[in-house]
This record gives sequence, structure tokens and C-alpha cells, in this order.
Amino acid sequence: MYVAVKGGERAISAAHAWLEETRRGDPAVPELSVAQIEQQMPLAVDRVMAEGSCHDRFLAALAIKQAKGDLIEAAFLLRAYRTTLPRFGASEPLDTARMRLRRRISATYKDLPGGQVLGPTFDYTHRLLDFALAAEGEPRASAPEGSAPVGEAPRVTELLTREGLMQREQAGDAEPGDLTRQPLSFPAARDARLQNLARGDEGFLLALGYSTQRGYGNAHPFVGEIRLGHVTVEFTPPELGFPVELGEIGITECQMVNQFKGSRTEPAQFTRGYGLVFGHGERRAMAMALVDRALRAQELGEDITAPAQDAEFVLYHSDNIEATGFVEHLKLPHYVDFQSELENLRTIRRAAEAALPEAAE
Amino acid sequence: MTAPDTEQRRRWMAVLARARAEEIAGLLAGLPPLPEPERLRPPETGLVMVRGRMGGDGGPFNLGEMTVTRCAVRLGDAVGHAYVAGRDKRQAELAALLDAALQDPARRDALLAGVIAPLAQRQQAARDAEARKAAATRVEFFAMQTTR
Repeated sequence: MYVAVKGGERAISAAHAWLEETRRGDPAVPELSVAQIEQQMPLAVDRVMAEGSCHDRFLAALAIKQAKGDLIEAAFLLRAYRTTLPRFGASEPLDTARMRLRRRISATYKDLPGGQVLGPTFDYTHRLLDFALAAEGEPRASAPEGSAPVGEAPRVTELLTREGLMQREQAGDAEPGDLTRQPLSFPAARDARLQNLARGDEGFLLALGYSTQRGYGNAHPFVGEIRLGHVTVEFTPPELGFPVELGEIGITECQMVNQFKGSRTEPAQFTRGYGLVFGHGERRAMAMALVDRALRAQELGEDITAPAQDAEFVLYHSDNIEATGFVEHLKLPHYVDFQSELENLRTIRRAAEAALPEAAE
Repeated sequence: MTAPDTEQRRRWMAVLARARAEEIAGLLAGLPPLPEPERLRPPETGLVMVRGRMGGDGGPFNLGEMTVTRCAVRLGDAVGHAYVAGRDKRQAELAALLDAALQDPARRDALLAGVIAPLAQRQQAARDAEARKAAATRVEFFAMQTTR
């Protein structure tokens, strides 16, 4: 129970002024521009767009600046902002096979149409701090260009599906559920689960994905494919009646290939765990794909034994904005609640003390 | 008046959606000025829910929203529409103006040549440069040679 308490306005206003001062830091150090954050901290921007569930690089960068680099607070700001905007409608489903690729790798096939393209990756770096970056004004390194440009490439899962070794996805254009309009209900369909995971906390997804590899869920995944690049978003305005291109957005997709021992109706085959996220978010896409596959246990008739397979546990705790709201609300005054707990405890103590001498006799 | 076919209109709208307002305005400045259009819908920023497909090729799911700005103007008989990613109202307004003007056969060729084609070229050049950078990171596997 919360009771409105007056007072504290002056303290709050002073606290916010100090917050603002600490956000800016030492005024002798040049101020960061939003464009600098957007350009030079692109992965932080991508994470905020994913968890804020709103693709807008500038807004995400602005939120990071305002939140002093607290990415969950920044995602919260972005989610709050989106509620002020009208919804024009929903896009045509993205066609990731037509992605303009920056990176595309497969851990299952060495040679595949389109090849293995590393793109701008931290993989194979030595993870040694680079003190050269501390010396500002270094000449800009430019990436070399190859001769045969990378074009579109078919999805790896498509190659396996054509051979009949990969479970086919249920095609169709049924209107998907939307968690921004209807709250979660259980059993949650895969479309709702994927929407939830796509904006879930990266750390939570990572830990759950990791748990499936360590034996909590019996997963034996392979990275069929990771692709990073730009896809065109198309939207059909009702007044036009044909799809128009809104532009391109950066996206990361991960297809995890998992064995499935088969059932009475289906032969043994591979199944997919799927990850799709805004921006460059490879760790996030991989973790999402692991958790998506774990959550398919029920539909595939597998035993549900591990936390990552428990849809209610996963989906109710994945959202870091809901989670932070509930955890952090504990800071708010609970004076009356606590008074009643105190009273309770004193009563119990008094009763126990009164009983003591009798017990001793 | 010859109406443009939908595919042609989709193409110029796609180019304008990827262009910055200053770029469009810069190219327009070199052409005879267009008349002031009637604003049917002032530029307005909203959201479009982006959808993906489960497993890449299955049924649709909602991935997350993106900001989009739209605008509609009338120029003579033609209504120009713009729906562009992001929150740049000037870009949406210029794109809607051009969409209306491009529907007029008397203006179309000059605008295609003077605005759309140069924008499309720049966009293609940027895409090509990125595709070449990606190509430089393509792994060329080779088998270890047996030494004689």
C-alpha cells in the first residue's frame, strides 16, 4: 500500500539538478553530441533500439546521452517516447533472404552459395586494450574493398529444407499477436514469444541461452547461419493500396539448427531456433535463437525440465523495463506497509515472551 | 495525362525515402521551381510495426516499431504521398511534393533526370562500396598443399 506524502519537492529538484550536472561531467571536457554517440557507439544504440522496441538511431542515441549511458534507462525512455506517437500500421514481413549483407557466416557449411563473409566483427581480435585509441586525432583507417561485391545469398536453412532434412516453417499470413496491444497470455504462440524475446533483456537471454548449452534443456545447437545487413521495409498505406519502401533498417538474423528426434507424425529432422533483432546484435540474436528453440519444447513433444523451456518463467521475466520497474519500486516509500510488519513482529515477540515463563515451569 | 505505372512510382518513392532532405533540396534548386503545393496532410511522425517471419520464411511476427514520417500534398490534379523512415518532416514534405510533380507527364522526365536519377546513382554507389568492403572480408578457403 502506498500513501501519498507531501514534502521533498525541494530535495527532489536539487537531486535532479545534481543528476544533470553529473550527466554532463567535467565541463572542461568537451560535450558529447548525439551524432557522436550515434556514430561512435553504434552497438549501444542498437541495443537500446532493440530493447526499447523502436528503430530510430537518433532517438536511441539521445536516450543514451540523457540516461548517462545507462542502457536500460535509455530503452525505458525510448519506450515511453513511442507511446506518444500514432501507429500508421504494420509493415510487410521483412524478406531477410534479400538482405544487403555486411556479414554472413555459417558454422555448418564451409562452402555455401554466397560464401562466408566476416564483415565488421570483433571475432578474431585479441581483446587487448588498444592504447592508440586513447590518442585522439589518429588517422582514420579505411576498410579495403574486394573485387567481387557481395550480393544476395540464399538462407542456409533453405538448403536443408529443400533436402527435406529441415522442418518446414508454417507459412501463411495470419495476423500475428501484438504484445503492445494485448498482454501476454498462455500458452503463448510462437509469434508472441518471438516479439517478447526480440525486445527482451540481452543479459537475461544470454544467460538462458547459455543454460541450454550447459545441460538445462538438452540443446545441441549449430549456427546454421548468422547474417547482418540492411533490409528494405515496405508498408502499404491504405490510401495508396500498393506497398511503398520506407527505407532500409539494419538487422541481425540467426538461425540455430537443432536436432529433433522425431515423433509419431514427423520423421527425425532438424528444427530451427530463430533470432531476429534490430541493428547489429549478434550475441542477442544467437541467444534469442537458443531460447526460441528451447521454448518450442512443448510443440515438439519434448520434456519440459529446464528454466529456458518454461514459457511463463522466460516471457514474464525477459522484459528489463518491466523488471526494473518492479525491482526499483521497492525504493519508493513503503512506510505504512512496514509499520504493519513492525506491529506484527512486536505482537509475535510479546506473545512469545509471555509464553516463556509458563514453559519454564 | 499518362499516369505512371505503379512500379515506376514505387521506384521513385523508394529513392526519395532513402534521400536526405538537403540532398533533395540541393538537386531541386538546379531546376525550374515547382509551384507551391496544397497541403492535404502536413508532415506527421508516427510508427510502423516492423514484421519479420518466424524462422525467416514462416508466418509473420511483430519484431518492433520504427519511426516513419508521412505527408500528402496536391499539385494540380495529382496527389503526392510520402512515407519515409525516420522523423525528418522536411524530407517527407519534399518527397510528397516530388511524388505529385512526377505524376505530371510534362514535368516527369526533367525531374527523373534532374533529381531521381542522381539520387539513385549516389545510393547505388554507397551500396556498391559497402558490398565491396564486405567482399574483402569473404573467406577464401584453400586446401593445404602437399609438399613434394
